[in-house]
Amino acid sequence: MTTVVTTQEGTDTPYALSHLDALESEGVHIFREVAGEFERPVILFSGGKDSIVMLHLALKAFAPAAIPFSLLHVDTGHNFPEVLEYRDRTVAQHGLRLHVASVQDYIDRGVLKERPDGTRNPLQTLPLTEKIQAEKFDAVFGGGRRDEEKARAKERVFSLRDEFSQWDPRRQRPELWNLYNGRHAPGEHVRVFPLSNWTELDVWQYIAREGIELPEIYFAHEREVFQRAGMWLTAGEWGGPQATETVEKRQVRYRTVGDMSCTGAVDSDATTLEAVITEIAASRLTERGATRADDKLSEAAMEDRKREGYF
Amino acid sequence: MSSTTEPTEPLSVEQLSETTLLRFATAGSVDDGKSTLVGRLLHDSKSILTDQLEAVERASASRGQDAPDLALLTDGLRAEREQGITIDVAYRYFATPKRRFILADTPGHVQYTRNMVTGASTAELTVILIDARNGVVEQTRRHAALAALLRVPHVVLAVNKMDLVDYKEAVFAAIAEEFTAYATELGVPEVTAIPISALAGDNVVEPSAVMDWYGGPTVLEHLETVPVAHDLSHCHARLPVQYVIRPQTAEHPDYRGYAGQIAAGSFHVGEQITVLPAGRSTKISGIDLLGEPVDVAWTTQSVTLLLEDDIDISRGDLIVPSKDAPPTTQDIEATVCHVADAPLTVGHRVLLKHGTRTVKAIVKDIPSRLTLDDLSLHPHPGQLVANDIGRVKIRTAEPLPVDSYADSRRTGSFILIDPNDGTTLTAGMVGESFASPEPVRDEGDDDGWDF
Repeated sequence: MTTVVTTQEGTDTPYALSHLDALESEGVHIFREVAGEFERPVILFSGGKDSIVMLHLALKAFAPAAIPFSLLHVDTGHNFPEVLEYRDRTVAQHGLRLHVASVQDYIDRGVLKERPDGTRNPLQTLPLTEKIQAEKFDAVFGGGRRDEEKARAKERVFSLRDEFSQWDPRRQRPELWNLYNGRHAPGEHVRVFPLSNWTELDVWQYIAREGIELPEIYFAHEREVFQRAGMWLTAGEWGGPQATETVEKRQVRYRTVGDMSCTGAVDSDATTLEAVITEIAASRLTERGATRADDKLSEAAMEDRKREGYF
Repeated sequence: MSSTTEPTEPLSVEQLSETTLLRFATAGSVDDGKSTLVGRLLHDSKSILTDQLEAVERASASRGQDAPDLALLTDGLRAEREQGITIDVAYRYFATPKRRFILADTPGHVQYTRNMVTGASTAELTVILIDARNGVVEQTRRHAALAALLRVPHVVLAVNKMDLVDYKEAVFAAIAEEFTAYATELGVPEVTAIPISALAGDNVVEPSAVMDWYGGPTVLEHLETVPVAHDLSHCHARLPVQYVIRPQTAEHPDYRGYAGQIAAGSFHVGEQITVLPAGRSTKISGIDLLGEPVDVAWTTQSVTLLLEDDIDISRGDLIVPSKDAPPTTQDIEATVCHVADAPLTVGHRVLLKHGTRTVKAIVKDIPSRLTLDDLSLHPHPGQLVANDIGRVKIRTAEPLPVDSYADSRRTGSFILIDPNDGTTLTAGMVGESFASPEPVRDEGDDDGWDF
């Protein structure tokens, strides 16, 4: 499919945009607002599908010029090799600058301590916020979507964080029309979410329409996995499987990409974009419900982590 | 709604891609069944998934409730769950084969007027709920006035709890007539009244089997078919310049594009344009739609304009057709909703963001405060506090090209910002508040206002 915008059939209104065109246009508007108003923006890039779509929107927003931002990856040390390879290839392809905040460094220096359950997801917050302070980033793009989680449903597109990177849901600025307010004091920064109004399905439809390449782990493949807390996890140096857990070969794919220790795979035969979209449209589980252990910790797990500076 | 959602027929990839987007907001009082309506729309459109429903069932059970409390789906913050109320706008997403929806779910409490204004500012449609047993009440009038003030193009009156008035046509007809008369007087262009029972599911997604006297659409049918695009031939074309794109590469040594999202109307290649506030004119030599050249582009596309002459243009300028330029002014009269906790006072020095331009400004006068209940005016209130709606006169440090909000919701709106701490203070709408010629009945007792 091409990216040319056509008028909508089936309505008698000639100038309606398709929902993907409307979301794309809004996302581009947000990128350009930040470029116009901030000194040192950075895009959080994990190699996951949401950050890949963000990067694609940024490329379109400033074409034919280069993206006027650098990228930042919070490396947990437990990444999927396919995703790291994708990250480095993408950075090279577009001539971008990549900053890396490494959780392993913090553990090696004794600043952070490995958790008994082995997951490093909650450990990302400190390396992220210290990197933001050290590099003096004043706007940090994240791929968060409001449909992911109910605390995120309350998140603004421009979200002010104090000098400790904290989110205070009661002190959020109302967002009126498309007049985003990016004012901040020195030391504060703004988290910006251009995909706020996208759903998981929108992201996949957009990837299909635009022909965007993804890391292979998003498509069904044979993989050695073991079961923990109802999820299929990939064996690895991060500490799985334990003695009581048995490894088996299954046909799986990932719906989200994060730390290997807490991101689960789902049973799937979907080897193409079309099959993935059909599978998600029929799924009875949200992507986080299906594949993220960290959100199950408590009813307010996401809100609590966000307050501390997590995305 | 105690059982898990039944899977429905999956949509084809093609069906999923060729839909339009409708942004709408809900407004309702505390006990009128808003959560139930939202819950039913989400539930019946398959947007509540098993794990979410299970989480709600778990949380409801742990609170000792017998049935799943659907409000827990939408109340996402600790404080909201603890207090059992909604304190902030939340955005919900659902889809049908025909359309994608963004729902601004706004709290119904009087003190959250600012949240309703926030939700309505981006909405193409507002659903106002009424309890059929109570009819049109003060809160209903407040919601109608806000929809009129924000000029939301479509208003749906959902007369809920019809099951509790024996599904009587006469009850519905009387409420619909009273509301429509009131809304029309305020200048609301279109009201669609629908008798529903959100609890029983009548006329929400499925047509009611018991209200055969009603021949109109269900709530969902109406949401799916209401027009989302406007007749652009009557719109003033406007492009606030966001960013100047200059690659300065070997491949594009001379490329200079003016990027922005079209706020209203359409632009075409060859058109004579003027850049405001400076007033210089030239022609459009090309339009890039995110990297691809096109001949014409329209609201709300994000585009890049290329111009014939190399004139001085930067972020904050407004590109308009030369034959249809708005006046520029340093004196703005507007209706505002104050959204910050600290009051807005005469003499207040603020920043004003209009389109992509932010300028210094001063509040010269606050001639009146509006009481939404009866639309009476309280003269010279001295200040506006949180959730107040009033008229203000503002002097800006630089001339701004402003439209009337009645003509353009994007270029007729602005926000005021506190220059000290960056707080968003006030939402502003330029020009007359209501669309009808004599909207304000200044007959009320001034002691009666409660905002």
